[in-house]
Amino acid sequence: MTSNTLTPGIAAGRLPGEDYSRNFADLHPVLDDHEALVAADRCYFCHDAPCMTACPTSIDIPLFIRQIATGTPEAAAKTILNQNILGGMCARVCPTETLCEEACVRETAEGKPVQIGRLQRFATDTLMAAGVHPFERAAPTGKAVAVVGAGPAGLSCAHRLAMHGHDVTVFDPRPKAGGLNEFGIAAYKSVDGFAAKEVDWLLQIGGITVETGQALGAGLSLEKLKADHDAVFLAIGLAGVNALGVEGEDKDGVDDAVEFIADLRQADDMSTVPIGRDVVVIGGGMTAVDAAVQAKLLGALNVTLVYRRGKDRMNASVFEQDLAASKGVRIITNASPKAVIGNGAVQEIEFEYTDDDLAPTGETFRLAADQVFKAIGQTLGRTDLPELDGRKIAVNDTGRTSMAGVWAGGDCASGGDDLTVTAVAEGRDAAEDIHATLMA
Amino acid sequence: MANLASEFIGIKSPNPFWLASAPPTDKEYNVRRAFEAGWGGVVWKTLGSEGPPVVNVNGPRYGAIWGADRRLLGLNNIELITDRPLETNLREIKSVKRDYPDRALIISLMVPCDEDSWADILKRIEDTGADGVELNFGCPHGMAERGMGSAVGQVPEYIEMVTRWVKKHSRMPCIVKLTPNITDVRKPAEAAKRGGADAVSLINTINSITSVDLDDFAPEPTIDGKGTHGGYCGPAVKPIALNMVAEIARNPETHGLPISGIGGVTTWRDAAEFMTLGAGNVQVCTAAMTYGFKVVQEMISGLSDYMDRKGMTSTSELVGRAVPNVTDWQYLNLNYITKAKINEADCIKCGRCYAACEDTSHQAIAMSEDRVFTVKDDECVACNLCVNVCPVEGCITMERVAPGQVDERTGKVVPEEYGNWLEHPNNPGNACAAE
Repeated sequence: MTSNTLTPGIAAGRLPGEDYSRNFADLHPVLDDHEALVAADRCYFCHDAPCMTACPTSIDIPLFIRQIATGTPEAAAKTILNQNILGGMCARVCPTETLCEEACVRETAEGKPVQIGRLQRFATDTLMAAGVHPFERAAPTGKAVAVVGAGPAGLSCAHRLAMHGHDVTVFDPRPKAGGLNEFGIAAYKSVDGFAAKEVDWLLQIGGITVETGQALGAGLSLEKLKADHDAVFLAIGLAGVNALGVEGEDKDGVDDAVEFIADLRQADDMSTVPIGRDVVVIGGGMTAVDAAVQAKLLGALNVTLVYRRGKDRMNASVFEQDLAASKGVRIITNASPKAVIGNGAVQEIEFEYTDDDLAPTGETFRLAADQVFKAIGQTLGRTDLPELDGRKIAVNDTGRTSMAGVWAGGDCASGGDDLTVTAVAEGRDAAEDIHATLMA
Repeated sequence: MANLASEFIGIKSPNPFWLASAPPTDKEYNVRRAFEAGWGGVVWKTLGSEGPPVVNVNGPRYGAIWGADRRLLGLNNIELITDRPLETNLREIKSVKRDYPDRALIISLMVPCDEDSWADILKRIEDTGADGVELNFGCPHGMAERGMGSAVGQVPEYIEMVTRWVKKHSRMPCIVKLTPNITDVRKPAEAAKRGGADAVSLINTINSITSVDLDDFAPEPTIDGKGTHGGYCGPAVKPIALNMVAEIARNPETHGLPISGIGGVTTWRDAAEFMTLGAGNVQVCTAAMTYGFKVVQEMISGLSDYMDRKGMTSTSELVGRAVPNVTDWQYLNLNYITKAKINEADCIKCGRCYAACEDTSHQAIAMSEDRVFTVKDDECVACNLCVNVCPVEGCITMERVAPGQVDERTGKVVPEEYGNWLEHPNNPGNACAAE
């Protein structure tokens, strides 16, 4: 256990103990009362506010900010949670810089939007700290709904259905509910076990049973779920990871970024999480940035994120790219992996420069790598599902699939970005449609 | 740099910025600091009669309202006149005046409403070297319950009577400080003039309750569960004060009576505004209480720069410049027609103009799908609300419809000539209006 940042290979404990807690501290600590009042006062209470339109869950942002400004953060939280039951997590992980805050008129006016995300967190944290669950379950309807997947879409759907009085069973293959809130997402965005606390808080509505260790295809079948319930909501996410499709991909040290992030999130002690000295992350989305930044925070000496197209095509927002750069991650664009080189374990990885249309240039370079993370997208990874639209389950605006009685939402379903907030909206909207259908 | 030297009713000061009679001027220590910071004059906190001094409450004596980031907008107080012995104050006044002969030092006075009391106090302050007296007929709390302060200021006959006593028993210049807690400020000003006052100063504070504690159900500031009305001051009262100063300045009965302008003066610009409406100088309190004495330096540089830009060499050139332009509603030109114009390049698309106009005014702003806001000239009455609610200064302007053009709202050609209500056909007073 005497490794440091120079230790070759993959090793744990590269940093002095105190560095871990500092590195993985809250990225944006919650505003204090006065900061919240000052931030709230900047809101212009726009008519038909652009921020609200830009929010996938259509939170009434001007209203909740005014409620904060007038000293009623609990009322603000209820305004938020009415539209988005996972408003607490969304306040932490939403790419606000490309959603509400990008649309904020103060961004137009002075390049400094109202801090909507942090205000949302102030409100929801205040309410949750008070232990208040501001919604009540309607009288039981006697209807039973199965929700497959306890991630943002599934939880959102389950809560809304339970609120309407339905009995909901949520199935999830993992040992804990929360989905990507619990197993994805960088640790510094959800500190102090927030994801689990939020699930516990959400379940206070009642009428929801969570069954963990239950995977579709391994014990659960869609046919059986349909037979046993009045409706089924599929929120199974994307379980498969795209392969690089290059020679040497099977060498030791070539790992899935999502698994690395999940292990890291579940680690009680960050100093026990092994990381390479020279780490290469392949991909250009949020997962790639989360993996690269956290690799650096764990003490990797060199972390390089390599994306095959130009910077402006990266799915990770400019804020995320800047965050990575500020933590010391080197970003290389317009380069595609060609081969993983090494004797048993990866030692180097070769890339070829490619233009924005991925046309190869014939010019190659190599990066030293004792660990490579693949973050080039995920797939459904199964076929026993309703009809697909491309690589996802085809759904209409309210989440209906090709199969009667089966709805779907979140990352596994077509339509919308693969964002937590989008998943919450889809789960909520499907729940409303399920409710309307069951009560018709 | 413009010369700010000021002469007000014969009292000279290096600049027209005086500290008003208030907590900042209660004792030698503060006043010396004020003069060191650059204040042109000080009105010493109100002295009362000989004898045991008044006592103040020992709970909170100030209440406040705030704007964004706790910027103090309004302050109220329930502090009484000085609670220090008369002799102490007199000794200190003499000492300060001796060391700062170039600064104005005025003594504020409030004693019971009988001639002997006034004759006595005036005699006692004679050898302090002070430049003048200010009669506190304004304080609306505490002392008013004892027949002093605004209890006098609300009765023009008393003002005239006491002012006459003061002029009879003293040769000092006399400023009468007026309360705004009346319906027509011209009446007490006229009374002061009749009594022989050399000047009036206004406004004193406004009766107020700043807020209510919604847990204890008690007004703020709260003392042991109870509160009382206090005197309101600070930036929030400035518009009220400006109007009262202007009313006195343009009243034929009091026109030319020197005015010391008080009420929310916070910046050089506020001071300049008071002066254009007829104030020969200004008195400041809340700004100093909020930010300290150093604020006077901004007032000095700001007023000086402004006067330089305007080519003015003396503050007297500024005093009263706006008075001729203050008129009655009935004389406003009804043929002056404007329309709001939204500059799309400056618009940040918040939609506040639209909400204000659509919900609360004349439905004269159109909003497109892509949030372009346009004024409908055929609906716009030029109320100016959109300008006032727009967060971008200068984005919405009021543009005049030139004479000879058609006002799309009325369908009528805009007349060249001035035309006011007195001449308007709809005025019932015009016999020829209806055929």
